[in-house]
Amino acid sequence: MAAISREEVAHLARLSRLAVTEEELDTFAGQLDVILQAVAQVGEVAAADIPPTSHSVPLTNIFREDVVTPCLTPQEALSGAPDVEDQRFRVPRILTEDVAS
Amino acid sequence: MSDLTRMTATEIAALVAGGETSAVEVTRAHLDRIAAVDEQVHAFLHVDTDGALAAAREVDERRAAGEVLGPLAGVPVAVKDVLATRGVPTTVGSKILEGWRPPYDATIVQRLREAGTVMLGKTNMDEFAMGSSTEYSAYGPTHNPWDLSRIPGGSGGGSAAALAAYEAPLAIGSDTGGSIRQPGAVTGTVGAKPTYGGTSRYGLVAFSSSLDTPGPCARNVLDAALLHQVIAGHDPRDSTSIPQPVPDVVAAAKLGATGDLTGVRLGIVSEFIGEGAEPGVMAAFRESVDALTKMGAEVVEVSCPTFAYALPAYYLIAPSECSSNLARFDGVRFGLRVGDDGNRSLEEVMSLTREAGFGPEVKRRIMVGTYALSSGYYDAYYGQAQKVRTLITRDFTAAFERVDALISPTTPFTAFPIGARTADPYQMYLADLFTIPTNLYGGPGISVPCGLSEGLPVGLQVMAPTMADDRMYRVAAALESAVGTFTPPAL
Repeated sequence: MAAISREEVAHLARLSRLAVTEEELDTFAGQLDVILQAVAQVGEVAAADIPPTSHSVPLTNIFREDVVTPCLTPQEALSGAPDVEDQRFRVPRILTEDVAS
Repeated sequence: MSDLTRMTATEIAALVAGGETSAVEVTRAHLDRIAAVDEQVHAFLHVDTDGALAAAREVDERRAAGEVLGPLAGVPVAVKDVLATRGVPTTVGSKILEGWRPPYDATIVQRLREAGTVMLGKTNMDEFAMGSSTEYSAYGPTHNPWDLSRIPGGSGGGSAAALAAYEAPLAIGSDTGGSIRQPGAVTGTVGAKPTYGGTSRYGLVAFSSSLDTPGPCARNVLDAALLHQVIAGHDPRDSTSIPQPVPDVVAAAKLGATGDLTGVRLGIVSEFIGEGAEPGVMAAFRESVDALTKMGAEVVEVSCPTFAYALPAYYLIAPSECSSNLARFDGVRFGLRVGDDGNRSLEEVMSLTREAGFGPEVKRRIMVGTYALSSGYYDAYYGQAQKVRTLITRDFTAAFERVDALISPTTPFTAFPIGARTADPYQMYLADLFTIPTNLYGGPGISVPCGLSEGLPVGLQVMAPTMADDRMYRVAAALESAVGTFTPPAL
C-alpha cells in the first residue's frame, strides 16, 4: 500500500509554499512514497519510554550582556533584498481586498 | 622551485614564513592550476582572483613588516559555498541565492582571514548541502579527479575535488550527515567533522541546525589538524557553540604520525562490516585494521544495534529541520523573487519563488519534513526519530566505555558514475549509511584514505567521543603513516 497519495503530496506542496507542476506531482508522489516507507522503519524500534533527543549539546538558555555591539547598517541589511522602499523590505500585497476594506 | 600546488599546507607555510616564496606566488600558482583544470573538474562555483591576490599581498606585507604569522599564513584555502563570505557570491549551490553577496563573513571565514590563509574561492556543493554526489548542485556536477566520469561525493564534492585536483591545499566543508567525510573518502583526501558545537555555525547557511558542523578538508592529516585548530573554538554568536578549549588536534596528529598506537583501544562497529559495504571497500578496510594492530592498537568488535536505524532517523530529523529552516527563503529579504507583477499576493509570489528557486532534492526534503512534522504523523515520524537518536547516543556512550574510538569504512561504496543514483533518491541516501550515526550523536569523525579498490580511493572512518577530536586525529595520522597518501592520475 502506498504511504502517501498524489493528493496528499499536492497538499504538502501547498503547505510548503511550493507551486509544483502537475508533472512534478507525478514524480514526487512515487519518490516520497519510497522515502516515507523506508524512514517508517524507525517505528520498529521499541522506544516508548525513551526520552527524545533534539540536540546533542546539553545546553539550556544562553544569555549575553545587553550591550550594543557592531552590526549591519540598514544599507548592508537591505543590500540583498529583491525590492526596497524607504529603508524597508518591500513585499507584495499581504491582505486581500475584502479583509483590508 | 618545485610545483607549489603539489606541496602540503605545512610545507607551503614554512616556505612563506622563511621568505623562500611569497604568498602571492603561492596564490598565483593555485589560480593558474584552477584555470588549467577546473573546466574539467568544476570544483569551484566562484574564483575570487582579486580578493585572493589582495589577501596574499597583505600576508606578504605583514611578514615583511616583521609580524609573526600563524602556522597557515599564506596558504590558500577553498571554501564550500555554504559559508557567507562578505562581498563574495554565496549560493549554497542553489538558484534561490544566485548572485547574493553577503554583507558579512561567517565566523569561520573571519578566522581564516585572521590566520592569514588566502581564500581562493567558493566550491561546488549539492544544493543546500542535501546530497551525496554534488549532482544536486543547481550549477552542474563536480567531477572526481580520479575518474572524471564519477562523482566526487557530496555534499562537499567541490572542496574534496579541489584538493584531489591540486587546485587548493586546504578546504572547508560542512558535515550534516557525512558531507565532509564521504567526499574525502571517494576522492582519497582527508575530511574531518569536528564535535558538534566545536566549530561555529554563524554564517553557515542552515540545513539541519542540530546536525550541521563545519570542518576541515586537506590532503593529509596534519594539514587537516592545523586547519581545524584555526577554525575551531567557542563563538558567542552561535548559541550551540561549546565554551570549552579546543582539544590539541595538532599535537595528536604529530603523535599519531610516529606510528605508535600502543595502549589505544579501537572498536570495529559490527553492524557496518556485514553486507552493507562493497568487497573492495571491505578488503582495504581489513588491511588497514591489520596495519593499526601492527602499530600496537588493540582492536575489538563492538556492537551498536541501533545504528541500523540511524539512516531512517536521520532522513526524518534532517528534512524536518530543513523544512523549518528553509522557510526563510521567501523572496523578501534576499535572493530570488519570482512572479511579483503587482497583482499577485505575497503567498503566491512566495510559492512561485520557491518553486523556481529550489531544485528537486530540496523540494523533496522540505515536503518530507513538512509531512513528518504535521499533526497526526509527528509522534510516529519525527518524535520516534528523536527517541531513536537517544538510543544511538546510548550505543556510542556504551561503546566508548570499552574502546577509545570506533572505526568503520567511511562509505559502503567507492565513487559511483555520475547519474547512477539520481533516479532513485533513496539509493543516494545509502551513501551516508556509515557517517550518519556520528552526526546524530554529535561526536567527531574523520575519514582518512586507507587504500584503493579497482583504482578508486577507499576511506576509513574514525569516530571519537564528543570533545575528544584529538583521538581521531591520532588514529588517522597513525594509519596515514602506515599506508601513505594517494595521488590520482594526472589531469
